[in-house]
Amino acid sequence: MKKMIALGFEGSANKIGVGVVTLDGTILSNPRHTYITPPGHGFLPRETAQHHLQHILPLIKSALETAGITPDEIDCLCYTKGPGMGAPLQVSAIVVRVLSQLWKKPIVAVNHCVAHIEMGRIVTGADDPVVLYVSGGNTQVIAYSEGRYRIFGETIDIAVGNCLDRFARVLTLSNDPSPGYNIEQLAKKGEKFIDLPYVVKGMDVSFSGILSYIEATAEEKLKNNECTPADLCYSLQETLFAMLVEITERAMAHCDKKDILIVGGVGCNERLQEMMRTMCSERGGKLFATDDRYCIDNGAMIAYTGLLEFAHGSSTPLEESTFTQRFRTDEVKAIWRIKKESVSKNGLMDQSN
Amino acid sequence: MELTANNEDGSLILIKQGAEARVFESTFVGRRSIVKERFSKKYRHPSLDSKLTLKRLNAESRCMTKARRLGVSTPVLYAVDPVQHTLTFEYVEGPSVKDVFLEFGLHGIVEERLDDIAVQIGVAIAKLHDGGLIHGDLTTSNMLIRNGTNQLVLIDFGLSFTSTLPEDKAVDLYVLERALVSMHSSCGNVMDRIIAAYRKSSKQWSSTMNKLAQGAILFCSCASKGSKTHHGWMSLLHSSIMYYGKMKRCP
Repeated sequence: MKKMIALGFEGSANKIGVGVVTLDGTILSNPRHTYITPPGHGFLPRETAQHHLQHILPLIKSALETAGITPDEIDCLCYTKGPGMGAPLQVSAIVVRVLSQLWKKPIVAVNHCVAHIEMGRIVTGADDPVVLYVSGGNTQVIAYSEGRYRIFGETIDIAVGNCLDRFARVLTLSNDPSPGYNIEQLAKKGEKFIDLPYVVKGMDVSFSGILSYIEATAEEKLKNNECTPADLCYSLQETLFAMLVEITERAMAHCDKKDILIVGGVGCNERLQEMMRTMCSERGGKLFATDDRYCIDNGAMIAYTGLLEFAHGSSTPLEESTFTQRFRTDEVKAIWRIKKESVSKNGLMDQSN
Repeated sequence: MELTANNEDGSLILIKQGAEARVFESTFVGRRSIVKERFSKKYRHPSLDSKLTLKRLNAESRCMTKARRLGVSTPVLYAVDPVQHTLTFEYVEGPSVKDVFLEFGLHGIVEERLDDIAVQIGVAIAKLHDGGLIHGDLTTSNMLIRNGTNQLVLIDFGLSFTSTLPEDKAVDLYVLERALVSMHSSCGNVMDRIIAAYRKSSKQWSSTMNKLAQGAILFCSCASKGSKTHHGWMSLLHSSIMYYGKMKRCP
């Protein structure tokens, strides 16, 4: 039997990616292009959308060429419906609608957060972990229960990646390949730990106050030679990540799950992985983490998640192929996970009959 | 005499281990006592770790003594050791409310006793809330009944904080309601009796009740969307809405 193939489009933030995958999770191609702004600047919706428009067609061509397939062989077209920045999201939504009519292929709308989780699960083989999803736009502790990915803890203001990125702007660190990566490298040279606010509320975290504090004091401290930029990066990372590990540990204790999966752009950070591994081993659990190929936004994760949904009989009509900036993880019914459980139940019932 | 008789003074017997603390039984100057030790987390930077542990140790001891000042019976705090991160307090002799209620479930309810306990719970929570203290972890295992006097004693102020927001108070009651539903449904509607006592003795009951009702309506609409309802799902839902008024954002 021919393998099912999906083409996926991701463009919710500053990366535009196109991926080709099969249902077993094999990635046939996964090119992407990142919009990199000058040091000290972030990316704005309009410019980011223009960047995506410029790169999407060459990316589709290269994705199909690398995968060695023609449009005829594709079963469905998947795109990020949200959450993300409006203007960049619109690019992949429009491209997918046009291609769907041109090639006569069904569309599947995908939640960006769920796509990160499913990609992490298939790559690492983690079956039912507590998921820490940390990126520039999201910070959530998630676990699966009763047909949905439920949010146990999350940020009550800005995302952890946003906090790191904006601090990188204060230090005018390069945005290439990403501000977070450059903070991580600089933090390795840090020696002195500077006290920062630590804000954990139950299973939630808050980062905006920490950012304001470090933004306000960094200049003064650096001028007086009280510390180096490296010390600040080191202290910021230690504080933010300790908060994340703490809420993840609470969620683990609460749901009685042993394993952890870290996904999202900040998930590439090796210090975060190391801290999480220490906590996990104390609890007798296992840490599953991936590298930048899968952690960072890409088209393949959208294609794979969309294909899972499509293979379970769901697709999005053209009229409903919209995008939205707000789209919570727990709004999605994870039908591919429910089906698996109810099938095995039916199997048991058949035997008893 | 007392001291020499207790020459194993300070010996520790582990009773319970949680995610953040270990609880031991010990003796303090000849008295039977409980030692609660907050242990360090290896993943944290040492100075951040000691700062947090100390901050939480202080917060817990403050909340415990504040509850006493508000007229709620708690174990007497004997000592705070900021170096070893331990709290030493009185060992309260008596069963937990959880044990008493489970006993009711097994061998039939003693109406008089159930009513007495429910009223004491309602009055104690009202005193805390009117004084601006939120317990944070109101479950029946965190309530003891002192032998002899049958007096209710609240324990474990590890998640307590001060707040005057009706929302925080409602969440506090909501946590208790969920704990009662999931553990003690055989005791009938204890929560109604607790709420009745709470309303009688709290001066600010009405705004708290409004918030609690809002939460309950949203909770029902959430629960009805899931086809099956059982304990696991209840506790999951509960955790996702229990903190900081997330009821609004429930699917």
